[in-house]
Amino acid sequence: MSALLHGPNPGAENEPPENPAIQARNARLGLRLFAVYGLIYGLYVVVGAFMPGVMNARLAGVNVAVVWGFGLIVLAFLMALVYGWLCNRPLAESQGEGSR
Amino acid sequence: MNAGFNPQAVAVFALIVGATLALSFWLASKAKSASGFFAAGGDIPWFVNGIAFAGDYLSAASFLGICGMIAFYGYDGFLYSIGYLAGWVVALFVVAEPLKRLGKYTFADALSSQFRSRGITAAAGLSTLVVSLFYLIPQMVGAGVLVRPLLGLPHWAGVVMVGTVVIVIVMSAGMVSTTYVQFLKGLLLVTFSALLTVMILQKGLSVTPEDSPAKPLEPQSQITRPDGQVLINGKSKSESAFRPVGHILELPGGVKETGPLTPWGYLGTIAGSKIVTWSSKTVNEADGSTVVTYTPKVQQGSDLLQPGNAPTFAGLKSGKPVERLNFISLMLALFCGTASLPHILIRYYTVRNPAAARKSTIVGIGSIGFFYVLTLYLGLGAMTSGSLDVTNNNMAAPLLARAFSDSLFAIISAIAFTTVLGTVSGLIIAASGAVVHDLMTTVFRVGLSEAEQVSVAKLASVAVGAIAIILGILFEKMNVSFLVGWAFSVAASANLPALVMLLFWKRTTAAGITAAIHVGMCSSLGWILLSSETYKNVYGLDPAGAPFQMSQPGLVTIPLGFLTLVLVSLVTKRRMVDQP
Repeated sequence: MSALLHGPNPGAENEPPENPAIQARNARLGLRLFAVYGLIYGLYVVVGAFMPGVMNARLAGVNVAVVWGFGLIVLAFLMALVYGWLCNRPLAESQGEGSR
Repeated sequence: MNAGFNPQAVAVFALIVGATLALSFWLASKAKSASGFFAAGGDIPWFVNGIAFAGDYLSAASFLGICGMIAFYGYDGFLYSIGYLAGWVVALFVVAEPLKRLGKYTFADALSSQFRSRGITAAAGLSTLVVSLFYLIPQMVGAGVLVRPLLGLPHWAGVVMVGTVVIVIVMSAGMVSTTYVQFLKGLLLVTFSALLTVMILQKGLSVTPEDSPAKPLEPQSQITRPDGQVLINGKSKSESAFRPVGHILELPGGVKETGPLTPWGYLGTIAGSKIVTWSSKTVNEADGSTVVTYTPKVQQGSDLLQPGNAPTFAGLKSGKPVERLNFISLMLALFCGTASLPHILIRYYTVRNPAAARKSTIVGIGSIGFFYVLTLYLGLGAMTSGSLDVTNNNMAAPLLARAFSDSLFAIISAIAFTTVLGTVSGLIIAASGAVVHDLMTTVFRVGLSEAEQVSVAKLASVAVGAIAIILGILFEKMNVSFLVGWAFSVAASANLPALVMLLFWKRTTAAGITAAIHVGMCSSLGWILLSSETYKNVYGLDPAGAPFQMSQPGLVTIPLGFLTLVLVSLVTKRRMVDQP
């Protein structure tokens, strides 16, 4: 990790401008992942508000509320990692997916 | 309960504050230009920025407020953890990279970049100022709460102390020193919370017998006579104190002690235990005295591990429709608020490029998420630690540390204090950036050189810091997390519609953005000021007389911001500066 803590790279001023196609691909990807997470979070809120019985059901030795809550935190991090990884892919690999 | 003066805590506290100040003076030489002052010259490495996100975001409300709420009401505090973290998904997937691409120093820069509109800059600068000031209040109140048991000082002294130290940090080197203060604080907070959690799991859970000297089931009271005399549990204040609370009456399987537990086993054991929780009631007697009674209640652990125990969320169990909508509204504001907080957004201008913005957000989500997972253990650990102060749930985390050792108490208290320092510094930078860069230079076109901008920004920091000190003293009695929810609602209603639509709707106009910010800000602020909770807690009026029974405005005012933007944009013609 120490390499990451080094100061700025003096040559970075000259880094090439971002490729607009990659930018657009990443923005699309971000929106899709956002939609998935937003749905799971929204469902959690609605169930919490209107179906307290479901939240109280036993699951994995505790209850649904605890598992779902932890799940939302862990999922945010996992999806962030996946996003970071997918954004770094070169364009060719993802073109098939983008046109779908 | 008041621990009074604790020399060890004072030494650790002085050491941490001293080290922080030394660091900011050392870094001061690096920040001579406006870009250095407001955005650390865009030179912060992404990993440092990511941890600084945690240091910036994990405020007194997260550490003291959430742990305290879980310690007193169980799962309900964890709802805030979940909502606060989920907001980062919006920041990463939607906002981070375009915001970095569009802006220079402030959130207003990004919004007006395509339009060069003074109207947008004025509106965004104003909303930054309003949100930052509201967010400052709970931080300052938290500082005051903290110094009382730690240093034995009155509330106002804590507020003045934090205010002064932070002004010095910000004045010395702006965003550079602020970033490193936040980096250190984030690192310390997450590390020591993890350590404390390991200790909680190692210690396991144990039963306090009903007839033990801790008297886990005996009510407590405080009577304040009209002549100012205070009686605690029937005796004068000098010879009596509140008994610490937080006891388990029964563990699953009838055992007295569990020994070390796994993280999951800990939660399962809590679910199967019978735990004593406390509620309080204040009555004003006819003779002018005030009586506060604290009543114990034995609850099944599994009940405490589901939402609906705290007064704020009681509606989830009672089933009142207004309170259910209130819950949804709060969770929506938390989700949308994070990516609209100006002091978080300016951190995107301290890194070099959009890719670094993305990477630092991922580091931020990792460290913040890890901390929020720990909050459940810290809160439940405090709930069963036998060391809680029945009168003040904000002190749960430091008191939990004291159940282990005095030195840990000193360290955790000092970290809580730097938590306040880090967040307050970020807020003051955001507010002074709004005043100088947005309002003075861009809107009122005051011709300022780079060096003059920095000088004026430093003056603005002193002014904002002074206002924060005054507000922190005035709002002493306000609930810390209530105020934070307030700031999130205003930020989400004012800023998010503008930000999202600018990025994703091609027909957005400058007038649309300006109108959306003003409508979102005014409607959410107005709603809060006229809500039943504000009537009760701030004005001391009958809550039934308030125009808005639902105290969380987000569910209405966030969509209202979007609607305003769309309608105004459709009736105004898009004017766009030619782009290169």
